[in-house]
Amino acid sequence: MADQKKEVIDCLRQTDFFKPKKVYDRGKVFTGIIILFAILTLPLFYNMATGKATKVAEPKIDTPYIQQLPEKDRVCIEPKKYMRENHMQLLDEWRDQVVRFGKKDYKGYTKMYTMSLQNTCLKCHSNYDNFCDECHRYAQVEPYCWTCHVDKPQEWAAEKFKGEK
Amino acid sequence: MDISRREFLRMAGASTIVGILGGWAAIELLPPRELEKKYLPKPGALKAKRWAMVVDVKKMDEKTANRCIAACHRIHNVPDIGDTKREIKWMWLEPFENAFYGEHQEHLTEQFIKNPFIVLCNHCENPPCVRVCPTKATWKREDGIVMMDMHRCIGCRFCMAACPYGSRSFNWMDSRPFIKERNPEYPTREKGVVEKCDFCAERIDEGLMPACVEVSNGALVFGDIRDPESEVRKILRSHYSIRRKSHLGTDPQVYYIV
Repeated sequence: MADQKKEVIDCLRQTDFFKPKKVYDRGKVFTGIIILFAILTLPLFYNMATGKATKVAEPKIDTPYIQQLPEKDRVCIEPKKYMRENHMQLLDEWRDQVVRFGKKDYKGYTKMYTMSLQNTCLKCHSNYDNFCDECHRYAQVEPYCWTCHVDKPQEWAAEKFKGEK
Repeated sequence: MDISRREFLRMAGASTIVGILGGWAAIELLPPRELEKKYLPKPGALKAKRWAMVVDVKKMDEKTANRCIAACHRIHNVPDIGDTKREIKWMWLEPFENAFYGEHQEHLTEQFIKNPFIVLCNHCENPPCVRVCPTKATWKREDGIVMMDMHRCIGCRFCMAACPYGSRSFNWMDSRPFIKERNPEYPTREKGVVEKCDFCAERIDEGLMPACVEVSNGALVFGDIRDPESEVRKILRSHYSIRRKSHLGTDPQVYYIV
């Protein structure tokens, strides 16, 4: 077996199989490759140049409802870090608890809340375009909560929580 | 080490008892874990072994019925599409011969011929819609309410084919433009899901009676059918009642006093 292999290799050595090959039209080919690479990466550089790539999402929490609250009450149901990382799992769990098990109360880290995206979350965060979707756009996720739950939260919240303290 | 049969049996028996007691103690004595602590039912939530509704047909004239329907549809953001092929309905009116198909007799009294009957999901004890649902988007709650989870519904419409009462409606299009007065506290439904009456489960869990019962002036009675002292049982004891297509074996839980 080993001898046979050696023979084949020797045979190949006599041909130009192992000889270094020449690239014809070297200049044109490499220029072409460089241009192709430039075109492919153009969007990246474009976004970098216009500052789009380095732009960080800034969810706004300056809704009228939040601003009228005293400073110490401006807390979410769970600490900010937890909410930022886990709100999707939390909302998923909320849905199951409310729809499947009929449980509606949630013990937050400061007080009790009614589990409802539409009536609890969006009461404070009535600016879902500048709050929820600000990050969702940045992370390129498209949750379809709004097809059912609410489509004009700003207007609704302004109407609904007008005189509420 | 030798062990006698008697010794072995004694030890096996003792360890069985310890195991059972230990398991029970672990469930009863250990503090609730995170999930159980965080998610609680509302303190005032209404509870029942089996919810049921009684329609007092004599009190339920067309005006009252329309008031109930309007209240239900307003609260649940049910669109008014107008086209009977695409309409969405949770509660609606049906003439006797359609509502009680198979029970129609010649020469019925005026009341049966003239008055349409208010109909809704019967929240069957043996719901065919639940049996056919491939995603468990519809299921029977412990208190008997046949619930819908719109998040799960894939719009296959098996449940609509299975339901002998036509209680389910399919969303053929975006319903939002057809809702005149939107209730901001309740979601709308997306194109491609099936919906129906859910006995106002969201209100029951908050301690409120169903919306239609509230505005019906006593023409609709809602309560626990398993509780012999409940309002519904008291009325059913003293009045003759019929149910829609009960011969099909679905055991509907909406009773009509005629």
